[in-house]
Amino acid sequence: MKYAYYPGCSLHSTGIEYDMSSQLVAGKLGVELKEIPDWNCCGASAGHTTNHLLGLALPARNLAIAEKEGLDVMAPCASCYNRMKTSEVAVKSSEETKAKVAEVTEMEYEGKVGVKSALEVFVKEAGLDAIKSLAVKNLGGMKIAAYYGCLLVRPVGIGFDDPENPMTMDDMVTALGGEAVDWPFKTECCGASLPTAREMVGLKLVYDILTMAQSAGAEAIVTACPLCFMNLDMRQNDLNKKVDNANFQLPVFYFTELMAIAFGEKPAKTGVRKHFVDTSSVLAKYNLK
Amino acid sequence: MQPINLTSALAAGKDFVEKVRKASGVDVKACYQCGKCSAGCPVAFAMDYTPRQVMRLLQLGLTEEALKSHSIWLCAQCETCSARCPRQLEPAKVMEALRIEAKKAGFETEDEIATFNEKFLRSVASNGRVFEAGLVIGFNLATVRPFKDAGVAPSMLVNGKLKLLPHKIKGRDAVRRMFEKAEKMEGEHK
Amino acid sequence: MRRTGVFVCHCGSNIAGTVDVERVAKEAAKFPNVVFATDYKYMCSEPGQQVIKDAIKEHNLDRVVVASCSPRMHEPTFRRCLESAGMNPYLFEMANIREHCSWVHPDKEKGTIKSIDLVRKAAAKVVKDEPLQKSSIGITKRALVIGGGIAGIQVALDIADAGFPVTIVEKEPTIGGRMAQIDKTFPTLDCSACILTPKMVDASQHPNIEILSYSEVEKVEGYVGNFDITIRKKARSVDMSKCTGCGTCWEKCPTKVDSEFDMQLGKRKAIYTPFPQAVPNKPVIDRVNCTKFRTGKCGICQKVCPTGAVDYEQQDELITEKYGAIVVATGFNQFDHSVYGEYGYGKYPDVITGLHFERLINASGPTMGKIKRPSDHKIPETVVFIKCVGSRDEAKGKSYCSRTCCMYTAKHATLVHEKIPGSKSYIFYMDVRTPGKGYEEFYKRTAEEYEAQYIRGRVSKVYQKGDKLVVRGEDSLIGRPVEIEADMVVLANAMVAREDAGDLARTLGISYDKDNFFTEAHPKLRPVETHTAGVFLAGACQGPKDIPDSVAQAGAAASKAIGLLSKTQMESDAIVSNVDESRCSGCMICKGICPYKAIDAKLITERVGGKMAERQVAAVNKSLCQGCGACTVACRAGCLNLLGFTNEQILAEVEAVCL
Ligand SMILES: Cc1cc2nc3c(=O)[nH]c(=O)nc-3n(C[C@H](O)[C@H](O)[C@H](O)COP(=O)(O)OP(=O)(O)OC[C@H]3O[C@@H](n4cnc5c(N)ncnc54)[C@H](O)[C@@H]3O)c2cc1C
Ligand code: SF4
Ligand code: SF4
Ligand code: SF4
Ligand code: SF4
Repeated sequence: MKYAYYPGCSLHSTGIEYDMSSQLVAGKLGVELKEIPDWNCCGASAGHTTNHLLGLALPARNLAIAEKEGLDVMAPCASCYNRMKTSEVAVKSSEETKAKVAEVTEMEYEGKVGVKSALEVFVKEAGLDAIKSLAVKNLGGMKIAAYYGCLLVRPVGIGFDDPENPMTMDDMVTALGGEAVDWPFKTECCGASLPTAREMVGLKLVYDILTMAQSAGAEAIVTACPLCFMNLDMRQNDLNKKVDNANFQLPVFYFTELMAIAFGEKPAKTGVRKHFVDTSSVLAKYNLK
Repeated sequence: MQPINLTSALAAGKDFVEKVRKASGVDVKACYQCGKCSAGCPVAFAMDYTPRQVMRLLQLGLTEEALKSHSIWLCAQCETCSARCPRQLEPAKVMEALRIEAKKAGFETEDEIATFNEKFLRSVASNGRVFEAGLVIGFNLATVRPFKDAGVAPSMLVNGKLKLLPHKIKGRDAVRRMFEKAEKMEGEHK
Repeated sequence: MRRTGVFVCHCGSNIAGTVDVERVAKEAAKFPNVVFATDYKYMCSEPGQQVIKDAIKEHNLDRVVVASCSPRMHEPTFRRCLESAGMNPYLFEMANIREHCSWVHPDKEKGTIKSIDLVRKAAAKVVKDEPLQKSSIGITKRALVIGGGIAGIQVALDIADAGFPVTIVEKEPTIGGRMAQIDKTFPTLDCSACILTPKMVDASQHPNIEILSYSEVEKVEGYVGNFDITIRKKARSVDMSKCTGCGTCWEKCPTKVDSEFDMQLGKRKAIYTPFPQAVPNKPVIDRVNCTKFRTGKCGICQKVCPTGAVDYEQQDELITEKYGAIVVATGFNQFDHSVYGEYGYGKYPDVITGLHFERLINASGPTMGKIKRPSDHKIPETVVFIKCVGSRDEAKGKSYCSRTCCMYTAKHATLVHEKIPGSKSYIFYMDVRTPGKGYEEFYKRTAEEYEAQYIRGRVSKVYQKGDKLVVRGEDSLIGRPVEIEADMVVLANAMVAREDAGDLARTLGISYDKDNFFTEAHPKLRPVETHTAGVFLAGACQGPKDIPDSVAQAGAAASKAIGLLSKTQMESDAIVSNVDESRCSGCMICKGICPYKAIDAKLITERVGGKMAERQVAAVNKSLCQGCGACTVACRAGCLNLLGFTNEQILAEVEAVCL
């Protein structure tokens, strides 16, 4: 398996752990990742809510570069994935859009290659059997809430998993010996950039998600998106300061970090030491140091 | 409260509603006002008009109220509304179309969000990628909260999560041209 | 030389508005064999028909063409008109210049030219028309009712009272249908069983009614007046003639199974009657779950049965019977809400449906009439009702409104208030639809006296939080999201067609709509007939309906069936297939093609080279033939012709238009 790799802006900065661990997991699973040369930002939600065409064109430029190399794209970030998917579908379904996008990007993108999320590539395609056979460590029943966020499973009808109760990450957790807790907020929105742009509105969303995970008995949350990760991990401190009675200390992982650790990588190499919320005690509890 | 003159509102709003339909693919007439979108919307609690009400404003031709609503800026584009609408409409796309139009019309009722988006895109336009440190610092300065999020900066620097200088891609000129062209082309479509 | 008269209708401005009718008549007068042509405002009216009759006399016409609307509309009218003028009614053609022309063409000039062409075509055909005779056939004076719910029972009682024998074929072990599962009925809150069971008993004791429970219709042959129906009597494993319904077997049977009748909330035995008042009150063995059938061991019921009625060797039995009319009354199912991920994909035990609720409040139900939630048997204090689940929802369910759920939800909320002191009900609705007698008043009482809180909005999410269910909706009247922590959630699931409705429709040769409900012949004017003569509809199999509507429709369907059975003879149409025996090779390909089994082989004697010889040819039974024409295209020698639509007639039409 070989993919054009689209890390997106976050994986080169705030989401660096996702990048590190994705590379490790890819190596173990024999997935070859070739970074898209000179890729650009997908525009995130700011792009398409400012200019619809721009929102389609920014991801299309990256898809066009990948298409030249004949490779499908793997985009770990849910937002990038959603933007690229939207662009892919728009170009495939309308000649007019395709022409317009080509005019803006000054590149041809025919829709011959598409985009997949890291979850799709590393779990769905690789298969649970392969994951189990590569695992040398067991999550030992760690209670984990799989949090997918909203964009990974949307638009409905196009995504790779159920829009209301996705299971890909839960299955991965179970395959690695963890206990995937059943909880109802798997696809609630974390607010994306709202916690930055409109702090108190955004923080409420994060608060609700963390509270629900906690009351479902989770000892950790696992995510597949750098935006979700940043909101859930970095904002716990803010919440503890700003909200009465809030006292969160809930470790948040990228699913790739847990996979890499189970595959025998040293935790430090996966990036778990870079988190805001301490991960060492929960890892220690399950002998995953 | 003044009664709304619906006769004139409907007539005056017609063209705009058609424009929204073209841009978003959503025919607001099909909305039967069930409220499922608003019930599932994570941000509805902070909105001045719930997503259903935004649809209603358009149904009645109350264009300006829709464009000046805070809702269209607060919308996080999570698509929960679109995923669950029983009429298979996509309120998220309406929110998107309205926000674009509001910006054109100069109604940026949510300064902070508008500023954030603007800084975000400016960063992309000049570097080809987002320079997150620059974005957050620039945003906090612009919204006169220079120290918000400052507490996290040192540890992020140590962890390699914050770069002090932006990464500029080689094709940044191409990206800048994309911005210009897209703006021109979407403008022509008005 | 024929003497044809052409009559062009204005249909008010319907035709005359876009067709120059006078010119059409003038042109028609020039066609070969046409000796008279005129136009008139309404050809179908009394005076219009008089114009035709007068012209027949005055001009000694022997062929008639009317250029007007669709033959579906008025062909019978004009045929009768010819008959009363002493002509054979089949020496007549209609040119449809309304549906085929004026209604679809805005341009008057072009419309007029097309009308002239259509009339030319009809005039060319009519010359080739031959006088035809109708034939008639006797009728089997017996009715079959498929489905023994309230609708089917009512139909059977009405037809039986009129003096005709009726058979009810019911696929479950008992008749009664959904109404038997319901506790109380809106809008009067009278007990469902109290009004249903007497009717069930009446049906079972009526000398004209035969009930075949645990049976299904397997095959339908023949045609209106004379259907040949094959019925599969499924093996009950109990000999009905010996069983007295004493109940010893199901008392002693050790195997417990989730009861379908109780919506899986209670248990029944492997040998069972669905409920105590079942009719017939004789059990069946559920062979899938019976220990004897699964493992070969047990056999207790046979041992304890005092009359030796239990018979493990019993086989399905196929019987074929003749009936004159069929009434379909197979009812409805509840929509399966497991497609609603946002309501938990059907996996939360305390999110139940309306029918579950009916069983929970029923005194003979699994909880003895105490409303207890399924998960922990606690009595719920806060109950949330969500309406239109699967109804009015193209995305996940059906586009239509299910008509009954607004009312039964009001009923349920009333019962919660009555049965659980201190409880509170919330009802999420989009609209409250109460267009029945006494319905609006009932709804108002629910909201005012029984304090159900109505909230206008569709619920977006239900999720489990501890032992509560959190329900998130919008109160769309104030435009704010709202949240309720409920103990139990009751969904008003849509009424949908039975899952086998499509199969049954194909067996019967009747049509069904996109949602698998059977289609009536006309939505306003023929509401209980189907497009297949002799097959009628009653109850919720035709579309969502409550009990009053089902019963009213049942009466209507019964009267239609009685009307049919009261005839001594039935006329069949003269437009039937005809064999040219001189050319028929007797290959009998046509026999297999005919959907009505109207073709058979027969032997004819003819003189060949001076000697008499026998030869096989095809013969059409004119009473059974429905004039579909399938055989005429199948015949390789081309010796089958549909009378009234012979190859010669069709070619004449084609030539008139194309040459
Ligand atoms: C929760 C709930 C509450 C309700 N409460 C009320 C109320 O209070 N008042 C009111 O007026 N209405 C009420 N209704 C509506 C009521 O149930 C229907 O109007 C009524 O049951 C329709 O009767 P039916 O005979 O047409 O169909 P059914 O009751 O469905 O009966 C059909 C019968 O046909 C049989 N059958 C099906 N397929 C076949 C086949 N292929 N071969 C042979 N037999 C077959 C079935 O086994 C069944 O016995 C309620 C409905 C629901 C869901
Ligand atoms: S969910 Fe759809 S139909 Fe319902 S109010 Fe929202 S947009 Fe309208
Ligand atoms: S896309 Fe916007 S309007 Fe729709 S649910 Fe999400 S935040 Fe609310
Ligand atoms: S054989 Fe046994 S299990 Fe089967 S019905 Fe009879 S008693 Fe029940
Ligand atoms: S009857 Fe009422 S609850 Fe049922 S579908 Fe119609 S509106 Fe909805």
